[in-house]
Amino acid sequence: MQTTFENPRYPFKHHSDLNQGTAVHHPVVIVGAGPTGLAMGLDLAMQGIPSVILDDNNTVSVGSRAICFAKRTLEILNRYRCVSPMLEKGVTWKKGKVFFQQDLVYEFDLLPEKKHKLPAFINLQQYYLEQYLVEFIDTQQQVDLRWLNRVTEVTPGVKGNRLKVETPEGSYVLTCDYMLVADGANSPIRKQLGLESRGQVFKDRFLIADVLMQAEFPTERWFWFDPPFHPNQSALLHRQADDVWRIDLQLGWDADPQREVLEANIRPRLEAMLGEDVDFQLEWASVYTFQCRKLDSFIHDRVIFLGDAAHQVSPFGARGANGAIQSVDNLGWKLASVLKQQGPTTLLKTYDIERQMAADENILNSTRATDFITPKNKISRVFRDATLQLAKDYEFARTLVNSGRLSTPARYLDSPLNTLDDEEAFDGGVAPGSAALDAPIIIGDKTSWLIDILGTRFTLLIAIDKTDISRVGESLPELLQSVGVDLVPIFLFSESTDLEVPKGAMCICDPWGYVAQRYQLEPGTCYLFRPDQVVAGRWREFTSDSLISAVNRALGFDMEVMP
Amino acid sequence: MKLVTQVNFTDGDSFYEALMALHRSLDDSQSLEVNARLILLMANHIGDNQVLKEALEIAGQSVTASHQSQ
Repeated sequence: MQTTFENPRYPFKHHSDLNQGTAVHHPVVIVGAGPTGLAMGLDLAMQGIPSVILDDNNTVSVGSRAICFAKRTLEILNRYRCVSPMLEKGVTWKKGKVFFQQDLVYEFDLLPEKKHKLPAFINLQQYYLEQYLVEFIDTQQQVDLRWLNRVTEVTPGVKGNRLKVETPEGSYVLTCDYMLVADGANSPIRKQLGLESRGQVFKDRFLIADVLMQAEFPTERWFWFDPPFHPNQSALLHRQADDVWRIDLQLGWDADPQREVLEANIRPRLEAMLGEDVDFQLEWASVYTFQCRKLDSFIHDRVIFLGDAAHQVSPFGARGANGAIQSVDNLGWKLASVLKQQGPTTLLKTYDIERQMAADENILNSTRATDFITPKNKISRVFRDATLQLAKDYEFARTLVNSGRLSTPARYLDSPLNTLDDEEAFDGGVAPGSAALDAPIIIGDKTSWLIDILGTRFTLLIAIDKTDISRVGESLPELLQSVGVDLVPIFLFSESTDLEVPKGAMCICDPWGYVAQRYQLEPGTCYLFRPDQVVAGRWREFTSDSLISAVNRALGFDMEVMP
Repeated sequence: MKLVTQVNFTDGDSFYEALMALHRSLDDSQSLEVNARLILLMANHIGDNQVLKEALEIAGQSVTASHQSQ
């Protein structure tokens, strides 16, 4: 059926582990080469940590599956330096419309604020995203991606894990300090370890169809409740790359999945939606039920779960793959810090703490959307339809209409890694625990973006007044030494300057004032960013002591006293 | 108009979820009863008769319209 994309077949490659009589040791083994596992390998490579990725298959995603990639995901891929092909191929969008029966009831714009490097969303078939990640990984020496390597046995241990792996050339054994499990929603490893992902299955079925057509629809997310072409059910239309359109049709719990997935049955449904004169070709189709569930703990000794294997959501809100990439972003630097012995092993606990918070939020939002789309009983249907009717005329009801609350960056406001603001020091800006906000800047004589220079290492952004530069500059080398980790200081000036910047520091300029406005900067204000671009702490006045203690806190040293 | 029809919820999604949870295990007649109690509680909280009248007016519109069309 699929004509726009042919799945690449990656060859099995012989590797030296197969020749060894004894188990070869690797610091990190990643199981699963989907978006999560591939991104994980890249994240660790950015930190200088080598990894082995094992996948039982030899290709990328079959079918488009995850298609909406949010700004935060793109910012993370931007940090890995591999976002360009995704942006080029993907379809950029930020607006959506919601219809009830014949009427438009609600419109939204996901990025009303201008001047960010990356768009609110791109739509890109999952197979393209994976293919581009694989191609980029081929240029990275520290990621050893092994296709047709299936993990058949895991022996977990408190000091490391032992894995038996099967290949076309026979099996081998390897050991690792950490095994990162990203083998998907049905995670065979999770099952083998006897762990259960808990939550709920929704009693509804949805047809997901990819359709190739030349259509006049705008590049927006269109969602219908009870449309004339598909009465009593919902429908979604969304553009992807290559003139492929994603169509979701709610079918109800009683639908027969084997029957509904047949082209002969899909075609009339699509004709009713698109009009009989529209020429389209069916690329791929699937009938789904949705689940929202997660593991109680993402970490079990030296086994760490990520992506759908750890937390699974319904697709309304695009919180699956986007949540997964944020989990990767969160874990990468923490695991690297532990392996480099820069942070205590308790730092890893905060991956679980922070990403459980995020998973709860994602599950909450996607559950609410699914409940709105699929009312559970008569009265919830009455309330839903009343909300949709009122939404035509009254603004308050529009905000209750829920066809998916689209993925936004997780905010770890209660994280133990945060250093809290001094009382009343800030009234806005970017609070500790929040991901960085992008803004245009100038470096030297070139326009650039703040998001391009943050992350992978700790970064200290200091809004500085010209008159203060020598004072801060003098104390800088000593400070950097006493911090004990790799920390990049960035001096931000409101206008271009020819003053000499202290050695080891970077100098940027904020001539339009976007950084100052978004971060509520005053002369002297500084922000400490973690390697995942999350704000760890901020101060109105720069002192060495507060910085050193904030870095230590962000590395989890204050947690060692925790039970 | 005195009735607020702009967004006034502190957390609309959370309210909606709680409202659905309240009704989840009820049968139709129980739901009607709970709705009636809820309306009376909210009406008393609002108090202002002008506001209540405007709300009653809008709430009744959909039903009036469908009656007329029959």
